[in-house]
Amino acid sequence: MTALLLRDLRLAIRAGGGFGLGLAFFLILCTLVPFGVGSDGDILGRIAPGILWVGALLACLLSLDRIFALDHEDGSLDLLATAPIPLEGAVAAKAGAHWLTTGLPLVVAAPLFGLLLHLPLQAVPNLLISLLIGTPALSMLGAFGAAITVGLRRGGLLLSLLVLPLYVPTLIFGAEAVRRGAAGMDATTPLIFQAAISLSTLALIPFAAAAALRINLR
Amino acid sequence: MSIWEYANPVKFMRLSGAVLPWLVPLAAICLLGGLIWGYSTPPDYRQGASVKIMFLHVPSAMMAINIWIMMLVASLIWIIRRHHVSALAAKAAAPIGAVMTLIALVTGAAWGQPTWGTWWEWDPRLTSFLVLFLFYLGYIALWEAVENPDSAADLTGVLCLVGSVFALLSRYAAHFWTQGLHQGSSLSVAPGERMSAVYRYPLYVCMIGFFLLFLILLLVRTRTEIRIRRTAALQAREARP
Repeated sequence: MTALLLRDLRLAIRAGGGFGLGLAFFLILCTLVPFGVGSDGDILGRIAPGILWVGALLACLLSLDRIFALDHEDGSLDLLATAPIPLEGAVAAKAGAHWLTTGLPLVVAAPLFGLLLHLPLQAVPNLLISLLIGTPALSMLGAFGAAITVGLRRGGLLLSLLVLPLYVPTLIFGAEAVRRGAAGMDATTPLIFQAAISLSTLALIPFAAAAALRINLR
Repeated sequence: MSIWEYANPVKFMRLSGAVLPWLVPLAAICLLGGLIWGYSTPPDYRQGASVKIMFLHVPSAMMAINIWIMMLVASLIWIIRRHHVSALAAKAAAPIGAVMTLIALVTGAAWGQPTWGTWWEWDPRLTSFLVLFLFYLGYIALWEAVENPDSAADLTGVLCLVGSVFALLSRYAAHFWTQGLHQGSSLSVAPGERMSAVYRYPLYVCMIGFFLLFLILLLVRTRTEIRIRRTAALQAREARP
């Protein structure tokens, strides 16, 4: 599993396009929003929590089809399925690699983007924590969607239709936590809910995703 | 003699073919009777005549949720016991559920405009129904996208399982997110909370009518799916040299 994780990380970094793409997309989104809603700092500050979370979600979505599609094309996914590690473990490793290459950079860069959108400074810790807890769930759910759509033609479009409704609870609690932080309120409850979602997806989604992969490789 | 006997397509076709001619007039009586009865109820003292949308809104909303649950059960039966009719029934139910959700959303908007003064509000109930609609769309799209029918049944089954958990979760998440305008429950058993008998009885009739309508559509669509399968099998046999 570690070898698989490292291999995916190396591929993402060296093959190009995968690693920085999410971040660049996030930056573009944060640039476009002020053009769309006006550059008034008050308004931007008020909508920043939601924009930041929606941006993280879309940036995550952008790179989802890379999780399994490339390996499916060159046949290494079949090798993985017959490898001595369980397919569930392989799914977890690949989702982990996806999180390390898209989720974690987003977490690190988020304060900067918050600054661009006039997010109140007191909300930054909450933004960091909620993204740190929430993005693993995004990667896991995305791996599930990618596993379902893996051998399909035009799977990318279908992928977004399948995955976005699954993202709704994570988005609600994440944005709520940041919003509470901005208002100076206690954000423990949404953060706990978010942690619960992330942990349960970590525990259960690998099985669902592996089942979907087995069906698609049959 | 067990219920699993009807997992056999031939038996299913025979039974559904025998039941359908009885169901159709029954559903027509319930639907027409319930709607006409509902339409002739006196206007509510606060909401006026707009309360009559209820006789479309409440049954369709009820069916929208129950059809997803039925799809969940059918998917589980397919995954566990591999009965093809079950998978086809789940496939046949999805578009009906999507339309029911759409009816609930549209009638809800038409009802919300005069009573709440707004077509759409990001209220927990409304939001979770919109998310449910998206789930239906994703489910239907996945059925259309996968070519091998058995893989499609498997994949949509898995999607239905995961989707059910998240549909439920979205509902509570939306509740947490904002307090809504929508009333809690329409058919509370507790006396005093429930609405007066003038509205309740026609509503019950409408609910039965909607359920029968769903049953008819489901049987007809499942029969069509089975016939499509048979045609495909025949064509495949003829194409073979």
